[in-house]
Amino acid sequence: MSGTFVGMPAFPQAAREAVGNTTLRGNLRHATHTIRDKRARAVAELEDWAALREAGKQIKDHTLRHLDRYLVQVEEAVTAAGGTVHWAADADEANEIVARLVQETGESEVVKVKSMATQEIALNEALEARGIHAYETDLAELIVQLGKDRPSHILVPAIHRNRGEIRDIFRSEMSEWGRPAPEGLTDTPAELAEAARLHLREKFLRARVGISGANFVVAETGTLVVVESEGNGRMCLTLPETLISVVGIEKIVPRWQDLEVFLQTLPRSSTAERMNPYTSMWTGTTDEDGPRTFHLVLLDNGRTDTLADEVGRQALRCIRCSACLNVCPVYERAGGHAYGSVYPGPIGAILSPQLRGTGSEIDASLPYASSLCGACYEVCPVAIDIPEVLVHLRERVVQGGPAVRGGNRVVLKPAKGHAAERAAMRAAQWAFTHPGALRTGQRLASRTRRLHPRTLPGPGRAWSGSRDLPAVPAEPFRDWWQRTHGGKGGAK
Amino acid sequence: MNSRERILGRVRRALADVPDDARPYQEAVARDYLREHGQRSVAQTVDLLAENLADYRALVHRCTDGELPELVARLLSAHGSGSVVVPPGLPTGWLGAVDTTLVQDSAASTAPELDRVDSVVTGCAVAVAETGTIVLDGSSDQGRRRITLVPDHHICVVRVPDQVVSSVPEALERLDPTRPLTWISGPSATSDIELDRVEGVHGPRTLEVVLLSGS
Ligand code: SF4
Repeated sequence: MSGTFVGMPAFPQAAREAVGNTTLRGNLRHATHTIRDKRARAVAELEDWAALREAGKQIKDHTLRHLDRYLVQVEEAVTAAGGTVHWAADADEANEIVARLVQETGESEVVKVKSMATQEIALNEALEARGIHAYETDLAELIVQLGKDRPSHILVPAIHRNRGEIRDIFRSEMSEWGRPAPEGLTDTPAELAEAARLHLREKFLRARVGISGANFVVAETGTLVVVESEGNGRMCLTLPETLISVVGIEKIVPRWQDLEVFLQTLPRSSTAERMNPYTSMWTGTTDEDGPRTFHLVLLDNGRTDTLADEVGRQALRCIRCSACLNVCPVYERAGGHAYGSVYPGPIGAILSPQLRGTGSEIDASLPYASSLCGACYEVCPVAIDIPEVLVHLRERVVQGGPAVRGGNRVVLKPAKGHAAERAAMRAAQWAFTHPGALRTGQRLASRTRRLHPRTLPGPGRAWSGSRDLPAVPAEPFRDWWQRTHGGKGGAK
Repeated sequence: MNSRERILGRVRRALADVPDDARPYQEAVARDYLREHGQRSVAQTVDLLAENLADYRALVHRCTDGELPELVARLLSAHGSGSVVVPPGLPTGWLGAVDTTLVQDSAASTAPELDRVDSVVTGCAVAVAETGTIVLDGSSDQGRRRITLVPDHHICVVRVPDQVVSSVPEALERLDPTRPLTWISGPSATSDIELDRVEGVHGPRTLEVVLLSGS
């Protein structure tokens, strides 16, 4: 992953700072609790949810197992449909490719649909350095971009902002980027949405180049799918003459039919809707409808390294729904910024250290940003066993061992300065050999791991009493963190 | 070595430890989920479509062939539309009673021109009852994707029950992946302010769906 957040403090320190910010905590708590209950209702509507979840898991596992074959198939299908396929081994190469493609059009500005992959590679910054302005068009991304801020949630990057803050940002910043906020703008969500509509419309209408990611790429047909709400995605995908889509290689599904699973599980898991307002699907280019030129950039950037890890590779099943963030007690307290990555929350805690390696302090501390309560696994629509991967990554941080970085086999040394974690892991090992100490943990595990039962004790489980979301303890995060994590770096 | 070869090589090495899985795709995925949820008569499926469309704030109307021109004219004037964009293959009768300016969908028209048009009237490819979704596939009664995007008011006519399916799996079976597809569930909305759904961002802020039955 690229260096947007390099130099971030390790998770415990960043989290402590975030917890001191009461507005941030209030905003996060309000938003995540609202969506939690709605998601549960949307999921309960489908009596076959468990079967859909299992099918989603199997489709992704099968694809990853044969990823080389499916990548080649995508390339053939997209090319046959009139698109051009590019391969990018890392962030720099992807940014180079996109910048060159934009420069070849002669344009110096692009409109963007929210895309995790382009955030991950810090595309906007790379384009800016080459004199190309990238305008984010998703409402939350716009709030982040105008506020010169960083995203804190996968789906709603400005989740840490409440409506009053959003109004203030619009009032003070919109004029610098284009059409100013309407006079007398209030903080009602409808007015804020209207302000964004007016501000961005002129950009959409004159845009010649659009940049997107994709939620899915269908190998057999070469079809790309973008799931969205506002219509900014449709604008970027259909009005420009040139469309460039940057897509992680794990986004592939083999067949058209596979979409029937994910189009049911993704909207319900992410925005708690039966269906999101807009989904666009396109296959190459279409005469006289939409962009005349289409480029697909297939991005590795640490994904093949992740694929090489027997336990960790399941993280590549992720469809970025963000359900795991919304239920996570640690995310709710710490906020998205503490994770030092565009991927916050439980998925970030297992994805960032795999995509970037565990070399930096923040990445080495991320596997500890969890109480292993299992709520993330429970809601995950592709059944990623996040606690299992967390424990595995903790082991890797603490004990070192073989891994793959940049396509090469390496042997990691045990991390320095993680004495507390080493002690914690020793405690876990002790627990494994003393079944009595594990009883509570196993009860938890047996209820949450319907799909593939497995016990997953971790050190110092404070939350093991219930499989439901743990109640929010009255104690401050700092105390809680120290108590549950052996006070790593927290004895201040 | 170019990046294509590099990435494919990395993938193959990464999977070296995985036991060979020669199972074909068909056997690799257990599709134990349902083709549709619940048992409904055809009429009930249409009712469910209406209910779910309305739940996401689409305005739902029902009429027969004979009543359609009147209804469309009424909806356009109620919306105060001065102009309406027309896909090339829209059945001519549908706009028979309309007295606002008709703008033909053409490849030459620009986005700013389209931005000055108030409404659009289209057919659809399929509608999904369980999710309250209409799907457009760019056929001649639906036009280019942008005409249902830039104007602020979209009237979409669904022939019931022929174009209605129960579920997402059934909808995908009917659709052609080589066509550009747009799935629409309610008017443009956002959940970006405090994770609450608010209608009305960039796409049409008013979506009216007409359920058209034979006679
Ligand atoms: S890990 Fe699972 S729950 Fe979390 S974002 Fe990915 S798919 Fe969603």
